[in-house]
Amino acid sequence: MLEYYISLFVKAVFVENMALAFFLGMCTFLAVSKKVQTAIGLGVAVIVVQTITVPVNNLIFTYLLKEGALAWAGFPEVDLSFLGLLSYIGVIAALVQILEMFLDRYVPALYNALGVFLPLITVNCAILGGSLFMVERDYNFGESVVYGLGSGFGWALAITALAGIREKLKYSDVPHGLRGLGITFITVGLMALGFMSFSGVQL
Amino acid sequence: MGLRKVLDKMEPHVLKGGKHEKWFALYEAVDTFFYTPPSVTKAASHVRDGVDLKRMMITVWMCTFPAMFFGMYNVGLQANEAMAGLGVAELEGWRGALISLFAGYDPSSVWDNFIHGAVYFLPIYAVVFFVGGFWEVLFASVRGHEVNEGFFVTSVLFALILPPDVPLWQAALGITFGVVIGKEVFGGTGKNFLNPALTGRAFLFFAYPAEMSGDAVWTAVDGYTGATILGEAALGGMDAVSYSWNQAFLGTIPGSIGETSTLAIMIGGLYLLWTKIASWRIVAGVLLGTIGLSLLFNVIGSDTNPMFAMPWHWHLVVGGFAFALFFMATDPVSASMTNTGKWVFGLLIGAMVVLIRVVNPAFPEGMMLAILFANLFAPLIDFFVIQANIKRRALRNV
Repeated sequence: MLEYYISLFVKAVFVENMALAFFLGMCTFLAVSKKVQTAIGLGVAVIVVQTITVPVNNLIFTYLLKEGALAWAGFPEVDLSFLGLLSYIGVIAALVQILEMFLDRYVPALYNALGVFLPLITVNCAILGGSLFMVERDYNFGESVVYGLGSGFGWALAITALAGIREKLKYSDVPHGLRGLGITFITVGLMALGFMSFSGVQL
Repeated sequence: MGLRKVLDKMEPHVLKGGKHEKWFALYEAVDTFFYTPPSVTKAASHVRDGVDLKRMMITVWMCTFPAMFFGMYNVGLQANEAMAGLGVAELEGWRGALISLFAGYDPSSVWDNFIHGAVYFLPIYAVVFFVGGFWEVLFASVRGHEVNEGFFVTSVLFALILPPDVPLWQAALGITFGVVIGKEVFGGTGKNFLNPALTGRAFLFFAYPAEMSGDAVWTAVDGYTGATILGEAALGGMDAVSYSWNQAFLGTIPGSIGETSTLAIMIGGLYLLWTKIASWRIVAGVLLGTIGLSLLFNVIGSDTNPMFAMPWHWHLVVGGFAFALFFMATDPVSASMTNTGKWVFGLLIGAMVVLIRVVNPAFPEGMMLAILFANLFAPLIDFFVIQANIKRRALRNV
C-alpha cells in the first residue's frame, strides 16, 4: 500500500509534472520565476493549497456532485456533476481566502513571506487542473491527498529550477528580440525536453 | 611562414572599416585556430596563464581522438562481421565504391575495418562540422562576437554520440538544433545552460526515434539487427547479454560511434582529469551515484524487471556511460560551478542514469537524458551552495 502511494507521488512529481509535462499554471510559472527566493515562496504556497484543495474537492465530488452521491439525502437519481467546475473554483477561492486569514492570524512570518502569491494562486490553472485530474482519474480520498501533495511539489520543483536557470541567464547575451519572455519560453521548452526522460515510465 | 603572411595580408581588409569587415568572424576563427591570439588583456584583471578557453577546448577535442579512431575501427568491425554473417559480399552505392578503392571486407583485418568505419564516420563528422560551423559563423558575424573553439568540441561530441547508420540530413538537423537553440540564442559559448551536443542528440532522439534507437541502427549494414547490451539486458536480464565484460570494456560491441570503448575513452578522459580541464569531483560524484544506486537496486531486486539485477561494473561499461561521463558531464558551462555543487551534480547524474535505465524501459540508453536533467538543476544547486556559504560566513562573523 505504501509502495503504491510512493509511486503515485513520484509519478505526480516527475512523470506527470504539472508545469513541464502538462504546461499548466504557465502564467505564474513564467511571471514569478525571476528570483529563486520568490519562486520558492510561490512553490511552497502551491504545495500547501494543492494538498488542501484536491482532497476537499474530492470529498465534495464524492458526497455531493457525483451521480447518486446524494443518496444519503434521499435523492439517489440526482447528478450534479455539471456543477463541478464552478464548485471547484469556488472551493479553491474560499480555501485560499481562509488560509490567508489563518496565516495572517497565526503564522505572520509565512504570511509575509508569501505576500501577494496566495491570492494569485486562486487563478492558477495548475491548482484547478489538479482537482479536475483527480475527478477524471477517480482517485479516492487517500490517493487525492498524495496526488495533491505530489503535483504541487512537482510544480514547485519546476518553478524553482526555472528560477535558478533564469538567474544564471541574467549573464547571457540573448538577441534583443528574444529578451524577457521570449527566451523564457525557449528555456521552458528545453526544460520540458529534459523532463521527457521520464515519459513512458511505468511505476 | 606562408600562412601567417596570407593572414597578415588579409587582416586590414576584415578589420572594422575594411571592405570585407563582415567576414571578420571567419578570419578571426582561422587565425586563432592556427596561431596564438595577438591581443592581450590591457586592463585589470590580468592573469598570465598558457591555458585559455581556446587551449582548453582544443585539448578536449584532441582527447576524443582515441575514442574516435577506435570508434571508426569498431563501426567497420561490426559491419564487416554482420556482412560476413549475412553473406553480403560488398556494399552498394558511393560508400561501397570508396571502400573498394582502398580496402576489402575482411573482419579480421584492422585496415579493412578502419576504412569501412571511416566511410561512415567521416561523412557524418563533415556534415556536422560544416552545418554547425555555418550557424556558428552566421551568428558570430551578425551579432559581432567571435567564433569560439568550443564548436570543435560540440561538433566532435555530437558526431561521436550518433549511431553509425544515421541519415546525414538528420545529423545536420540535430547539430542545427543543438547549436542554435541549445547555445546561440543564449549568446554563444559559456552562456547556455544545457550541453549543446546533448541538446541536439536529445532532440533527434525524441523527434526520430526510429533512426535513433531500437535494434537496427547500431550496425551500419542494411537489414541487420543487433541489439546493444542495454537493449538485451532490458529484455532478458544479464543472462541474455551475448557479450563479455571484457568486450564491453574494450569496445568491440555495437553502439553509438564513439561510445563503445571504455578503454579508449578513459585514455582521453584521464588526460582531461590530469590537466584539470575536467572536474574530478563531477566524475567521482557520478561514479559514486551510479555504483550506490545500482547496488541498492541489486538488493531490492524485482521479479518482473530484469534490469534491477544489473551489477554496477556492467553499468559503467555499457551504453554512453563512459563517454558522457568524461566529456559531457564535465562540461564546465552546463555543470555546477561550486565545488560542493559539483559533487551534488555528479551524484544526481549517477542516480538518474541508473534510475532511467532500470525503471524506464523505453530509454535504456539513459546517460544523456540523465545529464540533460541534471543540467536543469545545476544553477539551483549552485544557488543553495552559495546561500549555505553566505549563512556560514555570516554566523562566523557575529
